[in-house]
Amino acid sequence: MAKQIIKTPAAIGEPVIILDKINKIYGGSVTTQVLYDIDLAFKSGTFNGIIGQSGSGKSTLMNIMGTLDRPTTGTITINGRRTENMTANQLADLRNETIGFIFQFHYLLPEFTAIENVLMPYLIKYGAASREIKARAAELIDLVGLTKVKNNLATKMSGGQQQRTAIARALIMNPAIILADEPTGNLDSDTTETVYQIMRDINERFKTTFIIITHDRHIAEKTDRIIEIKDGRISLDLARR
Amino acid sequence: MRIAFKIASRFLLSNKGQTILIALGIAIGISVQIFIGSLISGLQKSLIDTTIGNASQITIVSDADDRLINNYEALARSAKRQDLRLTAVSPVLDQPGLIINDERSESILLRGFDFNRAEAIYEFSQRILVGKLPVRDNQAMIGIDLAQELGASAGDTIEVTVLNGQKRTYLVTGIFDLKVQTVNKTWFLTTLSSVQDLFAKDGQVTSIEMQIDPAIAFESDLVAADLLPIITDPELKITNWKAQNESLLSGLNGQSVSSYMIQFFVVVSVVLGIASVLAISVLQKSKQIGILKAMGIRSRQSSLIFLFQGLILGLLGGILGLGIGLGLAYSFTQFAVRPDGTPVVALYIDQNFLILSFFLAVVSSTLAALVPARKSAKLDPIEVIRNG
Repeated sequence: MAKQIIKTPAAIGEPVIILDKINKIYGGSVTTQVLYDIDLAFKSGTFNGIIGQSGSGKSTLMNIMGTLDRPTTGTITINGRRTENMTANQLADLRNETIGFIFQFHYLLPEFTAIENVLMPYLIKYGAASREIKARAAELIDLVGLTKVKNNLATKMSGGQQQRTAIARALIMNPAIILADEPTGNLDSDTTETVYQIMRDINERFKTTFIIITHDRHIAEKTDRIIEIKDGRISLDLARR
Repeated sequence: MRIAFKIASRFLLSNKGQTILIALGIAIGISVQIFIGSLISGLQKSLIDTTIGNASQITIVSDADDRLINNYEALARSAKRQDLRLTAVSPVLDQPGLIINDERSESILLRGFDFNRAEAIYEFSQRILVGKLPVRDNQAMIGIDLAQELGASAGDTIEVTVLNGQKRTYLVTGIFDLKVQTVNKTWFLTTLSSVQDLFAKDGQVTSIEMQIDPAIAFESDLVAADLLPIITDPELKITNWKAQNESLLSGLNGQSVSSYMIQFFVVVSVVLGIASVLAISVLQKSKQIGILKAMGIRSRQSSLIFLFQGLILGLLGGILGLGIGLGLAYSFTQFAVRPDGTPVVALYIDQNFLILSFFLAVVSSTLAALVPARKSAKLDPIEVIRNG
């Protein structure tokens, strides 16, 4: 296996995620429908925000887009590939190569250092890190401003540093899409601004598609497109560019 | 594989206290297993050694009325040729006799040996307390109990009376101790030709005694069966110690079975211990497993993380267990000693048994990790992501 990240990103402006009639129903005898017939498409290289109140279904939507959860009905196409008939291993590979995740609570592996966490998606795919990928990880660490703490264990970093590590990790496989669920949810306003700036820079430099769930109006207002989810339906879809 | 191993070792390193505790648990289990195994096999070795170490293990005897074997030299030669596993082949002529001492008489068993050949079985040279082996026909050696009974010592003469009324005077050249009282009290050892001459049994013996390599002492029945073809006279038969000591054998078997039972349950408790601790550690690490799965680790890899943890713990515990087990065995032989300083039970430490125990530790720990490994493979990342 060639230890090189080969990507065939969708051309700028082409849809990179297409959701078609997504319904999500939880429960067996007592059912709760969380999402109703969601149709959405995100174009490559765009910077999108999803807003909505707690319980509106936005996190479920994000998990379905990230193939962590399966819809009850409806199809998802990621980077041109239909996902509904994929096996667990195929989905794992798809996530590894195509999607970078940033979660609210960082979710770094506390047993590993910052730079090892950044390398983790690559190690999952290839087992060992080449010199090139180590250089790339160091570059990403520099990009998010963590050069000084790159050898610290995840537990020996501040919340903002951990979140920036998570961003660098999301980028290591040069994914087509980054899904961020409340990435600045528990950061102070200065750090929030830094994290936003980093994500915006990456979007512009690498043309990575960002889909960010946020409560933060400040962040939401800076995105190219705002989608509001209300009671499992799209109540607002506003594109600025 | 590599990433699973890396994550497994990092998980273990990040929780050193727990890792040491589990490894120690495995180590103590395995060391007890090693100790008990060595103790029991040491006990059995010494029991076997005292029972048959200095005795005939395979014997050719005659069923004829006079109990005599005629062509014994030819038989002895063909036995040696037939089976290279025989370490000693010694013809013996046994006849009863009496020593009349004042008013009392001691009944004895006159045993005519070819001492050169009997040495390999009885190790007389090490069993002689005083004096030396008889070499001439009028010389004899008696056991320590008979010597005490008669008040005789090396250099004295003893008159022996036999059934046909003949009498012969022997010079006692040595006193032996074969560690069995009846033997020490009744055996009267002299040369083969002396007994043949006294009883007019020239060219005849009553048995051909044989020994085999101690390592295959338990195969005496097989060796005896292999010797059957050399017997042409239908009145001759071959016996072996196993056929003659059935109760000892069943005792040894019972001991082995109970030893295996103890070892088995020790290992089972080790396995259960590791399985439960690792099962809990899946819960501890479910967040990490969830995030690894979100990043695209496959289920097989995520279960390998726990199998590797089991493997590493097994290796650590196995090495530690070997050390502790050998330490236990050594201190047992140092502290549990008789007044003369020899150990109460000489432990038998078998290299193959140690290797087996080590692999038992590794394999059982890895197997114990199967349950948590399955749990890890089944863990759905969404549970972790959704619940934080």
